[in-house]
Amino acid sequence: MDDFLAARSQMALSLGFHIIFSCIGMVMPFFMAVAHYYWLRTQDVTYKNVTRAWSKGVAIFFATGAVSGTVLSFELGLLWPKFMEHAGPIFGMPFSLEGTAFFIEAIALGFFLYGWDRFNPWFHWFTGVVVGVSGLASGILVVAANAWMNSPAGFDYVNGQYLNIDPIAAMFNDAWLSQALHMTLAAFAATGFAVAGVHALMLRRGRNLAFHTRAFRIAAAFGAVAALLQPLSGDFSAKDVARRQPAKLAAMEAHFHTEKSASLVLGGLPNEDKQRVDYALKIPGMLSFLAHGNFEQEVTGLDRIAPENRPPVVVPHIAFQLMVGLGTLMMGIAAVYFLALWRKKQWLTSRWLLGLFVAATPAGFIAVEAGWTVTEVGRQPWIINGVMRTADAVTPMPGIAYSFYLFTAVYLSLSLVVIFLLYRQIRMVPELYDVPAGTPEPEPAHA
Amino acid sequence: MDYVVITFLYLAILLYLLLGGADFGAGIIELFTSRKNRRVTHETLYQAIGPIWEANHMWLIIAIVILFVGFPRVYSVMSVSLHIPLLLLLLGIIARGTAFVFRHYDAVHDRMQGIYATIFVYSSLVTPLFIGILAGSALAGYVDPAAPDFLSAYVWSWMHWFGVAVGVFTVALCGYLASVYTIGEATTEADRQRFIRKTRLLTIMAFAAGALVFVAAYYEGLPLLTWIFGNPVGIAAIGLATISLGLLWYVLGRDSRTWLPRVLAGFQVTMILLAVGYAHFPDFIRLRNGEHLSLFEQLAPAKTIAALGWALLLGSLFILPALGYLYYSFQHVSRPQSAAPEAAPVP
Ligand code: HDD
Ligand code: HEM
Ligand code: HEM
Repeated sequence: MDDFLAARSQMALSLGFHIIFSCIGMVMPFFMAVAHYYWLRTQDVTYKNVTRAWSKGVAIFFATGAVSGTVLSFELGLLWPKFMEHAGPIFGMPFSLEGTAFFIEAIALGFFLYGWDRFNPWFHWFTGVVVGVSGLASGILVVAANAWMNSPAGFDYVNGQYLNIDPIAAMFNDAWLSQALHMTLAAFAATGFAVAGVHALMLRRGRNLAFHTRAFRIAAAFGAVAALLQPLSGDFSAKDVARRQPAKLAAMEAHFHTEKSASLVLGGLPNEDKQRVDYALKIPGMLSFLAHGNFEQEVTGLDRIAPENRPPVVVPHIAFQLMVGLGTLMMGIAAVYFLALWRKKQWLTSRWLLGLFVAATPAGFIAVEAGWTVTEVGRQPWIINGVMRTADAVTPMPGIAYSFYLFTAVYLSLSLVVIFLLYRQIRMVPELYDVPAGTPEPEPAHA
Repeated sequence: MDYVVITFLYLAILLYLLLGGADFGAGIIELFTSRKNRRVTHETLYQAIGPIWEANHMWLIIAIVILFVGFPRVYSVMSVSLHIPLLLLLLGIIARGTAFVFRHYDAVHDRMQGIYATIFVYSSLVTPLFIGILAGSALAGYVDPAAPDFLSAYVWSWMHWFGVAVGVFTVALCGYLASVYTIGEATTEADRQRFIRKTRLLTIMAFAAGALVFVAAYYEGLPLLTWIFGNPVGIAAIGLATISLGLLWYVLGRDSRTWLPRVLAGFQVTMILLAVGYAHFPDFIRLRNGEHLSLFEQLAPAKTIAALGWALLLGSLFILPALGYLYYSFQHVSRPQSAAPEAAPVP
């Protein structure tokens, strides 16, 4: 494997790994805050158990998210030193603010995880909310850095020099709003569906009904609301991309030839040599509408992009289809779920509805990974869109392939251990939290 | 603002060494504890660091962010020339952070505990070793961005006796800090005495490791003595460190205040760093060609530094009180009123 490819793969692997944990770290605190709120309000001990059970899962995810994030902040330099040398001072603002957000999050997490029965219950509840709010803030901030790579702002690029740097303008770049909105919703949708799916599975197996029902409802409500909004925000993102990165739009839509009233390509296998898409379904005029809001307008195709600046087509196109497909599916499930809540209460306990959620457990996270693939691969060959090429940014150190293999092994084993630990947590729910009515709450002994 | 940013950089590094260092030390101590006492030690340590360890490690992130935003060339030279030790450091951080949490949040207590413990303990040793190697390499002057071949560019930049000696010294200091820290957490008098004995032992080990650094510096031809004793600040710092060490030994047997030994130990380490670092300020990395990467010369453009400085100042307005309250609230967690640790016994 050549070093450049290895560096890109290692970056993708690390970010792809981190994003799962960061989504959970951003969203789970809100789920816990709701369960915790019900516990404090109703004194229904099951809610306390849900909160505590979740908080243990979150502690595991949080630690893994924190170490993988630490790795990333070094990796940006280890893999892309030339990029960081120029970009650091420009897009550093969100990272410096993010530092504060992380810190507050870590402090609040200490209070929350270890503060049971030590503080005023509402103070304790509040620290949990702080974990969520600061996690969300860090996610939104770090996306600003990525958005800047897509839509560079806050400097003048003159003869290879980066002049008149304005870090504030860089932070408020054009792509931030659409990306941050879409990413935030994605985190809620993905985590909501994943958590709901796990509890739905337990419900279908008839385990700890009181516990899992409460947990399921909270997660499903968050996930379903986000999943309904997600396509709207995705449409907003797409229009944004059409405006600022026509090459990326053309790649993800496999739109080879510039045309008026362009048709939307559904599915299919792009053939980059022949500049056409095989086996696809085409809806005339639809792409013009989705990208620019009317059925007539011309949509720039890859033929208008200089060959050396064209992104790959196959990967972004397939990834985009996957994301949109899963998004539509999740939106459908969300609609059914709300219908059930509103009119068809008997569906809520039906096996088929739970089955839908079980089936959709990984959907959100797959969509997240696919969406990032669209964004990052679609930006190629640029690391800073239109300014610096990825190939010029890579570290001169040879042998990156070995470091890529190493990280693959590390992340693979970490993933396995995390799955193993979650499995054990869930399996222990009956022992830890299954209280027959009337008995005092268990304080499990230490082994 | 230049000074604000530089101050925060040094402060973040210092606090990472003191707080994160005590945290690494917790694992190191566990390694040097007899099997019989390991359980108590481990539980005392866990009670002490559980709530605060995440926060302790944030200082590293703050330092890195300051580096890449405020001193991008320093960050990029470091990332290229010291790629390998940074990578090994990261592996240590991953292994340690995850093993620490897995061990306490695994719902079932079984054979896996031994595996987590082993990983935790050895990565607690390896991580500060590489922190030390990196620090030593910044001073040693073998970093060479223009090196012609792989070995001198990426290997000899950090693989030298001085780096290794500083690494070992860092490990010893971490162990020392943690041992002082745990004294205040002991729940019984017997434990307390045991931790005090451990502190004395680790003090001696730290001295031995410190001597090693001088030997290595001599061997590598580095004027370490001049760096330290060539200026009044260095001499004064060493003097103060020695006095506070004496004070600490005196206090240990007699005084039961928890914060006093901790403050004294932290002060000593700060003084040692000051003594070594002062002669180099504001140079951050010494290069092979005799030049240095000076913080003042490598500063990012003024607007960036202003924004970074304000972000740090405003941030600390939120962080410092919250952090203070966190430390305050979780003193003596191991005392009786604490919530029972949660893990179910399973055969
Ligand atoms: C739960 C996850 C999820 C779901 C269901 C969707 N997306 Fe998405 N999408 C993401 C998760 C995501 C993401 C991972 O969060 C990305 C990557 C970068 C970003 O800002 O969000 C993304 C990027 C992204 C981009 C590129 C933005 C850019 O490069 O700036 C577009 C155009 C869309 N999405 C469009 C859609 C549409 C039309 C959807 C319709 C259903 C959709 N997404 C569902
Ligand atoms: C602030 C956030 C982010 C930053 C600063 C960032 C930065 C980078 C950099 C420097 C590269 C290497 C250059 C390149 O190949 O394009 C890269 C590539 C990549 N990143 Fe991002 N990224 C961010 C967010 C993400 C996230 C969250 C993901 C999640 C999966 C992601 C996925 C990828 C992928 C898949 C590549 C490889 C692209 C390729 O194969 O060509 N990125 N990113
Ligand atoms: C869009 C992509 C990203 C999102 C949404 C995101 C979000 C988050 C969130 C919410 C956390 C909190 C910890 C957790 O929940 O596990 C976190 C942790 C972290 N992230 Fe990311 N992150 C992204 C990419 C990055 C990148 C590119 C970097 C490196 C430059 C980074 C550095 C960190 C660090 C250092 C931590 C640890 C903080 C701690 O200990 O709390 N993240 N991230």
